Formats: sequence, structure tokens, C-alpha cells
Amino acid sequence: MIPNDPATRPIDFLRGMLIIRKAEERLARDFKSGSLPGPVHLYIGQEAVAVGVCSQLGARDWITSTHRGHGHFLAKGGDPAAMFAEVYGRRSGICGGFGGSMHVADVSKGILGANGIVGGGIGLATGAALAAQLDGSGQVGVCFFGDGAAAQGVLGEALNLAALWKLPLILICENNGFSEFSPTGRVIAGAIFERAQPFGVPARRVDGNDVEAVAAATADAVTRAREGGGATLIEAITYRLHGHVEGESAFLKTQYRTGDEIEHWRRDDPIGRFAALLEARGELDPEGFELLEQEVKKIIEAAADSAGNDPYPDVDSLDAHLLGAA
Amino acid sequence: MTRKRMIHAINDALAEEMERDERVILIGEDVGASIFGDTRGLLDRFGPARVRDTPISEALLGGMAVGAAAAGYRVVCHLMYANFVYTAFDAIANQAARLRLMTNGQIRLPVTFIASGGGGRSNAGQHSDYPHTTVAGLGGIYVATPATASDAKGLLKTAIRTDDPVFFLQPTSRGGEMGEVPDGDHTVPLGKARIVREGGSVTIVAIGAMLRAANKAAEALSEEGIDVEIVDPRTCFPLDENLILDSVRKTGRLVVVDEARRAGSMAGPIAALVAEKVFDSLKAPIVPVTTRDLAIAYAPPLEQAMIPGPTDIIEAVRRISKESVT
Repeated sequence: MIPNDPATRPIDFLRGMLIIRKAEERLARDFKSGSLPGPVHLYIGQEAVAVGVCSQLGARDWITSTHRGHGHFLAKGGDPAAMFAEVYGRRSGICGGFGGSMHVADVSKGILGANGIVGGGIGLATGAALAAQLDGSGQVGVCFFGDGAAAQGVLGEALNLAALWKLPLILICENNGFSEFSPTGRVIAGAIFERAQPFGVPARRVDGNDVEAVAAATADAVTRAREGGGATLIEAITYRLHGHVEGESAFLKTQYRTGDEIEHWRRDDPIGRFAALLEARGELDPEGFELLEQEVKKIIEAAADSAGNDPYPDVDSLDAHLLGAA
Repeated sequence: MTRKRMIHAINDALAEEMERDERVILIGEDVGASIFGDTRGLLDRFGPARVRDTPISEALLGGMAVGAAAAGYRVVCHLMYANFVYTAFDAIANQAARLRLMTNGQIRLPVTFIASGGGGRSNAGQHSDYPHTTVAGLGGIYVATPATASDAKGLLKTAIRTDDPVFFLQPTSRGGEMGEVPDGDHTVPLGKARIVREGGSVTIVAIGAMLRAANKAAEALSEEGIDVEIVDPRTCFPLDENLILDSVRKTGRLVVVDEARRAGSMAGPIAALVAEKVFDSLKAPIVPVTTRDLAIAYAPPLEQAMIPGPTDIIEAVRRISKESVT
């Protein structure tokens, strides 16, 4: 999607969210069937944040992501087949099978990578924003991070420096309710967006399950950053419908949330909610949603199937990454 | 050749590389004030866009260096005292040293982390470490440890031009030492050791500030008829294995002098290398001469007693000169 492009229609938001949802559902099934080599942290329920934010970015804008990064990768234009191949550990993966789920990156699309360290992308995005500022290119650096990362000191460091230097940095906190297995309220004091206020960085809290609200808040932040007005913090309130990591029930002995709570948020699913809104506005036929969902599912399943048939990397390919190898 | 202090040679290297390539930027705490003198004058000469005084935020600083490098800059990140590597360590260990492989080479990081380390000035336990092996153990980052003004300049210039991360560790206590520095565009390759003094009876591998102590020891030992060969690895990762092995093949005896603590010094890997590859050449046990496994103490007699000096080296060499296992 291209910022402020009249061609970016509401249906594109819906399609963008469905691409992520269908990809994550496929990976959930793959995990259950035991066909994934490593852990996956799924983005189901949070799609409106990635799609809303990335709808306002251009290909040359930078993003950094999290361990829950598939949604950001896809929303920023990453190729689904190359992502599946990466998660499957295949040679055709976007990172050649060297990185896996927690490290999907496509620099050509401005995706500096998912990051396995909570808060690990904050410094990287700040550096990318510094590069953009030095280049005078109007690019922005966007950092997706979770509520858990709000407990990392580097967030305060970044707010301080971004304010001082007026960096074109947009900090997107996806508050999905949990720091791994700890409910946010138990590990995070205060409101996350208010952490920006003492630094003089504009901040706001938005409904992270409302794709249009996320896009609108991001649009303001991007405009400010491109015009030299500096950084913004956006806290998007959303909910992680799946666990921290697939298969967690196998090692967790106690529940850390109730079924009622999950049901409550399921009713607020960003995709169902937006489809209903479009129907109410007369912008989507009742059967239109189902058709779109089936179409997207077909594309995603085909991408996954094809990736699953790709070969693993050659062991010799490790040598290419030794220091001193060209 | 021009006689220069090491710190001025480093300053020259930075200025020349910033002159040579406008994508080179310098970030760090008090790089304007420059407590060591190595960055002095650069702010005036190259301006505040490229020479950036930062807040005391090493976690962010390290991450920012990575992000700006990923976005196209050639970054020198000055961490001041080498102990501050520890506060920046996530960015160095989890980001800088990992991204090349994890992204299958999409991200190459021309970042030079520069810091001043080692004891001898009563800087006490948190400002006296020489943590080259801590970084060398990461595997994805070069570690340069110059001992002379000439090598400091040449290694730093190469480091800045290298497309992968480099940790450039200068010895705090040797910054004022004079040395001959070649005129013109003087570079020293990474991963290449140097024979500092030729000899036939014992090989001394001496790292960083330990080279001066080894030279003094060699002078004293020559009066006793023991002609030692001194090897300066110059780069601790990757190590120039062949040059060290050739020397030990010739002398049959090895002393490794390293300012790191025994528990994590280069004596371990170098001894393992020699024992594995040229065991049959050894005429005596390999002797490590290292700092004791303690925090560096403050009071001058305590500090002096725990960091290797010429006397320790002389004793070690004498011990194995008399012994023979053949």
C-alpha cells in the first residue's frame, strides 16, 4: 500500500489482515502437525496494527519488528512464500533458512527484521531514523514493540534521544495484554503511551483492533516525522488471541488467562469487526467477505505448500557467513 | 614515518576515514569533549551531523549504530571505557554479531565499536577491563587489539572500511606512547599477526598493552642468553593461527601474555590451538601469564600485582627455558 494513495481502499485493509490471518492459521496447523523445526509466535488478533501502520508507509521506510513478526513482514510487503520457506527452514526462505520465524527480514522492502530480543528493535529503528534524517530523504523509522518491551530501559533511552534530535521515529507499542505469560498489569506500571510525555514526544493510545484508527494515528505520526517534527509514540490496544508461543499448553501447568477473556476479545476480532463495518456501510456484500477470505486462503495455502516442497539449505552454505568470506 | 602518540594516530585514522567517505559517522558519549583525546577536534572539523555527542545510553547507542549501518551508514560507535561494552552488549552480541547470518547477508554492518580498556591507572573495577575475549567469543565480530601507534592507525582505518562489525580495543595505559607511524594511507589487515621480535628459544604471544611488558622482558632475558620471539596477534578474532603455529614450531616453547583474566583470556584458545596442531613441537608446558581472576583493584600496589608485568613474563620464560619434556 502507498500512503495517501486513493487506491488504498478499505477492502485493501481487509485483504491485508486476511493475508496475515490465513498465514498464521496455516502455521498454527503446521505446528500442531509437528512440521515446524522451531517455535512460532503468532499474530492472530493483532492484524489491524500491522496493516494499519504499514498502510501509511512507503517501500523505503524502515520497520523493525518483534519475535511476533510475521504480520509486520507481510503487511510491509514481504512475500508470503518466502516467509513460509523461512519458517520451514528452507533454502528459498527470505533469509535462506538462516534466521527462521523470529528473524524474517527483507531489506529490499525496508524490513530490518523480526527480532528475538524483546525491545531489540528499538535501537535499530532509532538508528534507521538517524540515517533517514542524515539523508534528508523523508523516510521514517518505525519500531513495532510489545507491552513487554515497555519494561526495557532502552525505550526510555530512545524517547530521550529521539526527542533531543527530533528523529523521524515512530514507536508503535502493540499492547496485546501479555508479556509472554504475564498479564501486562502485573509487570507494567502506568500507561505505556504516557511514558512519552516527560520527553515531550507526542503520544496517543488507539484502539488497536480498529484498522482505520491505527492508520489515521499513523498518518499523523508519519506526516510529523517526514516534516521534521520528530518522533511519536502510539500505543495500540489489542489482544493476543493465541498463546505467547504455539504449543505452550504442553509446558504450562497453570492457566494465565480465562476462556471468558479470550471469548470477549474474539468478539472484538479486528477482521470480523471491520468486515461488519464495511457491510454496514454498504462497501462489502455479505458474501463478499467469504469470497475474499476464500481467495486469500487459496493464495496463502498455495504459497505454504510450495515452500514446504523446497529443499533445506546446503550445510556448506554456512561458510559464506564466516568473517573474512566475501 | 612520523613519530606520534597512539591516541593521535587513532585521531588521524578517524579524521582520514571521515574525510575519505562522507558516509562515515561517529556517535558516542562526549566524543566532542573526548576524554582520551582520540576524537578531539572531529566535531569542529566534520560538524554535529556526522559527529554526535549522545546521552549516556549505551543500550540505545549500540542498537542505533546497528540500525544506522543497516540503513547505509558506516558507523563508528565510541563506547568510551571498555567496561561499557557490557551495558551495550545486547546490541553487540544479539544484533551486530548476528544479523549477517540471520538475514543471509541481506544486512551487512559496517560498524566499528571503539573503546579504551585495561588497567594501570587506578580506574578500579568498573573501568579497567580488557574484554577482547568476551567479544571474540561471539564469532560474528572482528576484534582488533592494537599495541602500537602504527597498528592502531592501520587497524582502525581497515575496521572502518570493513563491511562487518569490528570491536577496536585500544589500551588506555598506552595511549600516550610514542611510535613510528607510516605516512600516507596506512592500513593494516584484520586477522594478520606480526612478529615484533625474532628469536629462537621461546615464543611470547603478547596482546595489547602487554606488548610493552613483553618487550621489556625480552631485553632482560637476552642478557641471560634467552632469545625470545614476540608475536602480536593484533586481531584476536579471527586469530592468525598460522603465524603463531610457525613460531612455536621454531621455538618449541610458548608463553601467552594477556591482560584479560585467566578465566577468559586468549591463553586458553591459543594453548588449545598449539596443543592440537603442533603438540610434537612442544619442548615444555605452555604458560599463560594473565590477570588474576578478580575485579581489578584500586590501590596502585594491588593493581600492579594482579596485572602481568615484565617480571611475571621473565619468570614464566625462565621456568620453561629450563624445563624440557623431550
